[in-house]
Amino acid sequence: MASRSHAIRIGLRGGWIEFVQSCRSAQDQGFYLFTGLLILGYLVIRRDDRVEGTDLLVPSVSLPSILGGLLVFGVIVGPAYGLAMAREDGTLLRFKALPHGLRGYFTSQLTLNSLGIVPQFLLILVPSFFLFDDIMAGGASGWLTIIWVIVLGTLATMPLGIIIGAVVPSMQKVGTWGMLPVLVLIGISGIFYPIQQLWGWVQVIAQIFPLYWIGLGMRSAFLPDSAAALELGGSWRTTETVLVLGVWTAIGLVVAPIVLRRMSRRQSGSQVEAARQAALQWVH
Amino acid sequence: MLSRSDEIVIHVRDLRMSYGAKAVLEGVDFDVRRGEVVCLLGPNGAGKTTTIEILEGFRMRSAGHVMVLGADPEHSSEDWRARTGVVLQSWRDHPRWTPRRLLTQLGAFYEPYSTPHVERPMDVGRLIDMVGIAESADQKIVTLSGGQRRRLDVAVGIVGRPELLFLDEPTAGFDPHARREFHALVHRLADLEQTTILLTTHDLDEAEKLADRILILAGGRIVADGSAEQLARRVAVAAEVRWSVRGETFVHSTEDATGFVRALLAQHGDDVADLEVRRASLEDTYISLVHGYESGDRTTLDHVFAEAG
Repeated sequence: MASRSHAIRIGLRGGWIEFVQSCRSAQDQGFYLFTGLLILGYLVIRRDDRVEGTDLLVPSVSLPSILGGLLVFGVIVGPAYGLAMAREDGTLLRFKALPHGLRGYFTSQLTLNSLGIVPQFLLILVPSFFLFDDIMAGGASGWLTIIWVIVLGTLATMPLGIIIGAVVPSMQKVGTWGMLPVLVLIGISGIFYPIQQLWGWVQVIAQIFPLYWIGLGMRSAFLPDSAAALELGGSWRTTETVLVLGVWTAIGLVVAPIVLRRMSRRQSGSQVEAARQAALQWVH
Repeated sequence: MLSRSDEIVIHVRDLRMSYGAKAVLEGVDFDVRRGEVVCLLGPNGAGKTTTIEILEGFRMRSAGHVMVLGADPEHSSEDWRARTGVVLQSWRDHPRWTPRRLLTQLGAFYEPYSTPHVERPMDVGRLIDMVGIAESADQKIVTLSGGQRRRLDVAVGIVGRPELLFLDEPTAGFDPHARREFHALVHRLADLEQTTILLTTHDLDEAEKLADRILILAGGRIVADGSAEQLARRVAVAAEVRWSVRGETFVHSTEDATGFVRALLAQHGDDVADLEVRRASLEDTYISLVHGYESGDRTTLDHVFAEAG
């Protein structure tokens, strides 16, 4: 038992080291800046527009939805890429060769990917308060809501990213198997336009997945209560949000470890070597 | 070697492995005793990596009996894991870390396994000096040369002071200098740390330099097992005699070179020129052995094994 909790402690430290490395890396900074500027640019262009039939400003409504989308994208696609890469470059085997190493590795990845959304959120949120009016209507309780939505949303969706990363045949396939479905779900989950504009059956699909509920939770945190009238059922449906995200968390916590165990049992050096050869082919 | 004992650390019997219909290992048998440096030698594709991965617990075997440090690697515990060290063929991970950081981080996993007699993990500064990467210890790993990376891999393999170390093709891609340094490192590990080492290579010269004992793997079986001298003595009994008579060159293989030359000189006397007697080396034997297996000529080989005992 002692060596297990020991491995988790080492994993937390490893995740923190990797997070600091990521913050210092020009590549990661570039990605954060690029997406940040793209989103802020869109919001600036529409800073004085109002949402049809209301007196709410577009940035007020879009910002929480976009943050929800970024959260989901980050905690699904990030771990999916990370794990697919770890299978190919030998990281996973490196840890498999250590006592309680995989426990440490997954702890570090959960730490890294949870922390990973912080700089991106700050980069968008901080300028937004200076650039736009009426961003946070909820006050202190709004901030509290943001925190629980982020925590529960991360718990509900990160296992999906880990499962994708564990089952994709190669890193190049994360785009098709991971990014594409996530983008489609973001597209139908009311993040960029109201879900009511879609067909009924699409609305049903969107409400099965956690993405819609994360966006809804974020809007409930930022927007005044009167804005709930724009949502399905005319309510923030907080109980349902907690319930759906809770069910996804439970599913993820049961399924992800099983998939991970299966995947790591199959990991071998020859696989890493084959991936290296395939990667060389790509370069040539 | 002082540390050598009769305790068997690796015990393999009738190990078989197939990928689909393709059989890679067809009944491998061998033992490794504590403190031995054993080299698994064979051509590419002979199943060396497959064998070592099964022993590491990284691959499920199709059939056979395998015990490593008293446990079946397929159902091994984390405590068992702490007693083994692994250096794989191709690692490209942790590019943003420095060797010192990575060794500290990975070494920490062994802290609960430290004992009053054996301190774990090994001191990182000492380890960095030992494998010879002091000058790049604080550089990002992505900037390291192939040889330096490989030494880092070895350092990761031994940071927990394993009783048993697996090295898969440790010197692939090394220049001659790096190779010699690496050989010195393996000797140090075996002598100072009393580590049992199983390594694979397709380089006979390397096997001769490093191993107490060589196992030649070909055609899915261990076809020879012994020290370099034993193998050379047992297998290569024949010698090759070359000479020329009036500009015409002759070659003859014989088991009694001295007698043959005596008869040759008695017959042709002063006409014999360019006389050369060469004992077949271990390399000749190895090449003919492996070549025989690759061309599917098993009868001659089984004959050679019978001689090899």
